[in-house]
Amino acid sequence: MISWFQTPPSQRPLFRVFVSALLVLALCCFCSLLLGAGGLSPQASFQTLLGNGSSDDQFTVFHLRTTRTLVGVFVGLTLGIAGAMMQSVARNPLAEPGLLGVSAGSSFAVALTLVLGASTATLTVGVAQFGALLGCLCVLGVARMQGQQNDPIRLVLAGAALSSLLFAITSLILLFDQRAADEIRFWVTGSVAGRDIQTLLSVLPSMLMAALCILYVAKPLASLALGERVAIGLGHKPKRIRAVVIVAVALLVGGATAIAGPVAFIGLVVPFAARALVGPDIRRTLWLCLPLGPIIVIAADVVSRLVAQPAEMPLGVLTAIIGAPVLLLIVRSRRMPTL
Amino acid sequence: MTVTTLHQQTSTHFMKSRLSADNLTLKHGKVSIIEHLTVSLPEGKVTAIVGPNGCGKSTLLNGLSRVHSPSTGAVLLDGKDIHSLPSKEVARRLALLPQDTLAPDGITIEELIRFGRHPHQSLLKQWAMDDQEAIQYALHAADLIGLKDRLLDTLSGGQRQRAWIAMSIAQETPLLLLDEPTSALDLGHQIEVFELIRDLSRQGKTLAMVVHDLPSACRYSDHIIAMKKGEIITQGSPKDVMTKELVRELYGVECDLIPDPMTGSPILINMKRVRN
Repeated sequence: MISWFQTPPSQRPLFRVFVSALLVLALCCFCSLLLGAGGLSPQASFQTLLGNGSSDDQFTVFHLRTTRTLVGVFVGLTLGIAGAMMQSVARNPLAEPGLLGVSAGSSFAVALTLVLGASTATLTVGVAQFGALLGCLCVLGVARMQGQQNDPIRLVLAGAALSSLLFAITSLILLFDQRAADEIRFWVTGSVAGRDIQTLLSVLPSMLMAALCILYVAKPLASLALGERVAIGLGHKPKRIRAVVIVAVALLVGGATAIAGPVAFIGLVVPFAARALVGPDIRRTLWLCLPLGPIIVIAADVVSRLVAQPAEMPLGVLTAIIGAPVLLLIVRSRRMPTL
Repeated sequence: MTVTTLHQQTSTHFMKSRLSADNLTLKHGKVSIIEHLTVSLPEGKVTAIVGPNGCGKSTLLNGLSRVHSPSTGAVLLDGKDIHSLPSKEVARRLALLPQDTLAPDGITIEELIRFGRHPHQSLLKQWAMDDQEAIQYALHAADLIGLKDRLLDTLSGGQRQRAWIAMSIAQETPLLLLDEPTSALDLGHQIEVFELIRDLSRQGKTLAMVVHDLPSACRYSDHIIAMKKGEIITQGSPKDVMTKELVRELYGVECDLIPDPMTGSPILINMKRVRN
């Protein structure tokens, strides 16, 4: 154990860390099925899992909580991966879809089409992904204007401005359309509660596309960490790498937003933790983001069900409570970690 | 000397060349750094590109390595326009070690060298025996066998630069271009790197490097290209090219040249700044 801490993160055995994280994830999912804000006790939930529950209890555990857990897995996975990709391509440990206005762009696009009368799930996903793409291009455009030596903090400030603006307009649009407070809150803070499995299934094809993009781009993206010219010298095309990354991020963030709204800080915390565990090489970080993202979202969701009983705290509130200190930690670290 | 005579001179002098620039113009934004330049790298030799700051030597190297796209003219690799060839194909023939390399935290020497195999790999062919052999060879050639598991940021500057060069060696290209490979190194480490470059040339590689230090350029190269304001002032073997007049013309420095008693290559003494 001591030697594990002495080994630099980049040299730790990825497979072992990955499997350990999977075990933790299994534990989190188990808790997610057992614990909840309703009247169902953990013991009764456990009995239900074993097949001894009433039909009401079965509905709660097998339908509500299972769906919710799956949504949590999905959102953590997509946002964690998207954050890692964005940070790698922007060379900035603060580049996060929630902070930089990518999720906000996605939310905004969805709110706009909702008001215009759209309702089918597939349409929402496409629109959310398109909005995420626009948000991505906006904020990376800002980063580009500052030239090569872009200041990470300034990028986040620009992103925060874009985010607040888009969220304000989103709230306004929904408010004028006489939407319920809950719906407005969903499109501004995000939540994994009460989503249906159909929406989740409708996102999967585009996630397959995102996965192919990532498979194609992971190695070139890792070489980009050695410097732009080194990557060119190795036969890679930085412009194409960036384009593919942006498309993948838009697909992932759009998918996550369509299902759970703009959950903030997941894309910041997950890659941060992954790098701390296995080092900055994107090919290793991405592997670890797969289990870490769901772990953090589900753990946060379980806590958010329990702290405000019998009501629930929105997931986005809790992720912000976890995420903001991590953000401060990164900003305050003497040497900004280089990616 | 006009551009046309230079053109004739270079094309008759070095028929054997795999990499050349033909009527090359390179711009930064709207400003031309190099205009209508024609040059070729002699095969199997070490070429040193020298000249004052801002003379366009790094830009030329970037142009030759397809990092910088030409506004007019072309860079020819084995007779074909380098931008018309697939980038991966180019990377199997031509390696580049730029100045602005970044080392990710916690990367080991061997991991760095593995990147050199990217041009030989694809989605379907991820890692093969010849990759392992190339890496062993690169470690051996750069004298890094015992250090392969060390973290890059725990090494000396010279070892680190040797590791980057080893990455290029693993690329197994006949051509290698280096942009100021020794500029941040102390004397001992400079010589360490220059000797590695000379060894690579003896094994048949064609190398070109941008160098600031004239005596080193003379000592470790077979061919010198002297540039000023985006043009080639003169080129040829160090003994023919390196004169008091050239040093004055390039840098505005008056000096005397004496031959190194051991190697015969020119050394600069009595240096004094003068107005041109």
